[in-house]
Amino acid sequence: MKMKEEKLIGEFCIRSKARHVVIIGNGIAGITCARHLRKRDSSSRITIVSGETEHFFSRTALMYIYMGHMKYAHTKPYEDWFWEKNRLSLLHDWVTLIDFEKKELQLKGQELLKYDILVLALGSKPNLFGWPGQELKGVQGLYSYQDLQNMEASTTACERAVVVGGGLIGIEMAEMLLSRHIPVTFLVREQEFWDNVLPVEEAQLVGRHIREHHIDLRLGEELDKIQDDGNGNVNAIVTKAGEEIPCQFVGLTVGVSPNISLVRDTQLEINKGILVNEHFATNIPNVFAIGDCAEYRTPPPLRRSIEQVWYTGRMHGETLAHNLAHEPVPYQPGPWFNSAKFLDIEYQTYGLVTNKWEEPLISFYWEHPDGKKCLRLLFDKNTRQVQGVNAFGIRLRHDFFDKALQNNITVEQVMEQLHKTNFDPEFYDRHYEEILQAFNAKFGTSLRLPVKSKKKSLLALLGFKTHR
Amino acid sequence: MKLIQKIGLGVFLVALFIFNSLLFMGSYQLTEQKLKQVTSEQSFGILKQELQPMLGKTYSSSFSFASAFNKYFNAYNTRQQENEQWDRVIWDDYKFAATKAASEGFVKNNRLLLLLLTIGLGTFGALMHILPKYRNEPAGIKHNGVMFSSNKSRGIIGITLGVYLIGIYVMLYWFPEYMVNWTLLVDPLSRMLTGGPASQWFLYGTIYTLAILVMGVRMFRKYRDNKYQLLRTSSVMFFQLSFAFLIPEILVLLNKPWHDFKNIWPLDYTFFFDYRVDSMLSSGSIGLFMFMWGILLIILGVPLLTYFYGKRWYCSWVCGCGGLAETAGDPYRHLSDKSLKAWSIERWMVHSVLVFAVVMTGFTIANYFTGFELLGQWTNNLHEWYGFLIGAAFAGVVGVGFYPLMGNRVWCRFGCPLAAYLGIVQRFKSRFRITTNGGQCISCGNCSTYCEMGIDVRWYAQRGQNIVRASCVGCGVCASVCPRGVLKLENGPEQGRITDIPVLTGNESVKVFS
Repeated sequence: MKMKEEKLIGEFCIRSKARHVVIIGNGIAGITCARHLRKRDSSSRITIVSGETEHFFSRTALMYIYMGHMKYAHTKPYEDWFWEKNRLSLLHDWVTLIDFEKKELQLKGQELLKYDILVLALGSKPNLFGWPGQELKGVQGLYSYQDLQNMEASTTACERAVVVGGGLIGIEMAEMLLSRHIPVTFLVREQEFWDNVLPVEEAQLVGRHIREHHIDLRLGEELDKIQDDGNGNVNAIVTKAGEEIPCQFVGLTVGVSPNISLVRDTQLEINKGILVNEHFATNIPNVFAIGDCAEYRTPPPLRRSIEQVWYTGRMHGETLAHNLAHEPVPYQPGPWFNSAKFLDIEYQTYGLVTNKWEEPLISFYWEHPDGKKCLRLLFDKNTRQVQGVNAFGIRLRHDFFDKALQNNITVEQVMEQLHKTNFDPEFYDRHYEEILQAFNAKFGTSLRLPVKSKKKSLLALLGFKTHR
Repeated sequence: MKLIQKIGLGVFLVALFIFNSLLFMGSYQLTEQKLKQVTSEQSFGILKQELQPMLGKTYSSSFSFASAFNKYFNAYNTRQQENEQWDRVIWDDYKFAATKAASEGFVKNNRLLLLLLTIGLGTFGALMHILPKYRNEPAGIKHNGVMFSSNKSRGIIGITLGVYLIGIYVMLYWFPEYMVNWTLLVDPLSRMLTGGPASQWFLYGTIYTLAILVMGVRMFRKYRDNKYQLLRTSSVMFFQLSFAFLIPEILVLLNKPWHDFKNIWPLDYTFFFDYRVDSMLSSGSIGLFMFMWGILLIILGVPLLTYFYGKRWYCSWVCGCGGLAETAGDPYRHLSDKSLKAWSIERWMVHSVLVFAVVMTGFTIANYFTGFELLGQWTNNLHEWYGFLIGAAFAGVVGVGFYPLMGNRVWCRFGCPLAAYLGIVQRFKSRFRITTNGGQCISCGNCSTYCEMGIDVRWYAQRGQNIVRASCVGCGVCASVCPRGVLKLENGPEQGRITDIPVLTGNESVKVFS
């Protein structure tokens, strides 16, 4: 038994003390992997290569730099001394070629770099669908720090901008432009905003809020071509309906795909992304892939084969770091969760809420009269088991739903514990009663929140909150 | 910016300009009669002689007047000291009172008009600028362009403002005679409230309170959908207006000692000084109440309330320094240093000040009971040095003057001994914490950036750890600016409050110890 374990470890990756682990990419996946590997293994040499920026920054915060909420320095989660102190070498350079045979990397500005173990955390790149004019100046996506710099330069004298594609980056870009008082036309192919992910009520809620911010939201419209001003700059777009919209900036935010041009046409097996097994191993020994660029050969239950969010990148990094240091374990994420912010409205989701569902799944939806808050629970009509929850304008407690979903909580149990699910700041309006009444009315139940005794209320007044 | 806001800003700047130019207006002439009004009988007899050359003479500025006054006054005192005639030295400081009495002309004759044109117009202009803010905008976080602002981001405007504020504080603490014209403006208000003329402290209190009220209105606009911020701001506005401003002045009107019932030793470092204790104990039952209440706050109020609610109950809901920081200082909150180094300096400094205050008070009390036999002179020196270094230079000049340079909580973070005391309770025995919401943090950095106390909130949030820090004043802004609903200030059971080795929620592959 023991021998077998050792063999598995030995096969998984090189285990020598002085092994050199090279990680390409200093995003959340690569950096998390490096940090956790260092915690578990003090002897390996660890090098992180990135051409984007010297230090790790939070990609999700790029928008706030443009909006003036933060400076670039604020988006760095660790101070600059952190890396040297933890013996994580940073190499600020672009990798131009990987020689998997010789196990070495060619760099743009520096000498060859040899590795024993290679971790590919290459991230994503914005999708382009071959629109005429997509290469013009002032036309771009938003993913990298360089994209941000380009956007800054391209929007200094911009009278109108067009954002194409109704996803999370699209609405971020619209919000960014709005913060600089640049009028935005927002072309969304779908009939409601992000309705390939959100159920229609939520999609409409967000749509209303977008319009409330005076964004010219065009639902059901698509980009046909981008026009030139004669000097290589954009000066208008034309929609598929034939409308010409003059603009000096076009944001293309129609999704992202794995950034794998570096490894195309090599021995590395790829599909849309770099193909990995449940331990993040690729087909080449000692080469691993994590984060946005990885594609599971067999996705974990109920998950997509490519997951391109911050949280999954982080979990990939954690898991691979463990696998490089100990006996490999398969990647096994807990219940799905995600969050976003649509202008002023926060969104959280736990478990799986799809945009459409079929029996035996049914839904309970509550919306606040102001149209800016809502809660949806998707559950099995027969077993009453909750499959997922969406919340807009209400903060929910991750730990509650993480445990609840793993323990197959029923919808009625959630309803009776609404006060435990809530994570809104103190003194905010709670809507437990309204939500419960709406539920009771719809499903003919007579559920009630636990009654607080007077003694308990007095304790609560003194700070002894009784929930949690 | 809307037109009306621009006009408001213009009006405010005009008022500020007039206000500043008042210092250079009018003339100064001391007469025997005026001198008699502001000096004690004994001193009058002496000063009448000593100041003879300047009596009836007109000076064109407070600066030349004060320097002449100092020359004659100091000459007399020096003479007595050289002759070791200690009992003939005049220890009272008449500079401010004499200069104020000497002020004549335009300012003195147009007090009401000028009050309206400066403080009145300034308030009006500021409100005109503030009230239309964010109108027709959906409620939400309003930090667009903060980092591009010259005022808010240590640009030329911010630095100029910082230098100006520092100048004002230096004048207030050490050269109040130069600002007598300002105090003339608020004389009528002072007479109404206290029955006496305005000191520089009355003027300061008036402007301080107005700043909290006006900038409190700004907070109402900025956080109009955020009940925690609205309540908290209302609370500091209320405590400043009533407890710190009106009640103490009314007490004076009733011939009771000036007393701020919400000020607590050791922030109120003179509480146990003999003159304070004597004045309280000689003021009947209300004085006795002041004394007992003050002691109860120290030994019961602070530990109990901090146990239940964290130090926020004081620092960001009640305190006057906190009140100004949370209102007028809000535009500068992101300027605090978040580095590990700053945290280490902070711990050394703030706890040293606490030790200083405790030692000083210890000696003071010991002396009180031993009739100043135990290092009496030395205790007086301690008082003077503490007053100069901590009370004036740190709390005042640096505390507010550095708003646009190092953020709005420099004093609270590095210098306030009460904050240190509250912090020790909060860190080791309290139900308060900022809970991190599982694995939802995206490390964006908004929380750390806008933490006025320089806490690197993200460091904790991204590893799924609750934030339990001595310095946290519970302003709640981290929870407000978080775009993913990750942070929540709450009071709860002590069990599970501090997680030394947190586990991030979400990954079942491995137990991830951050």
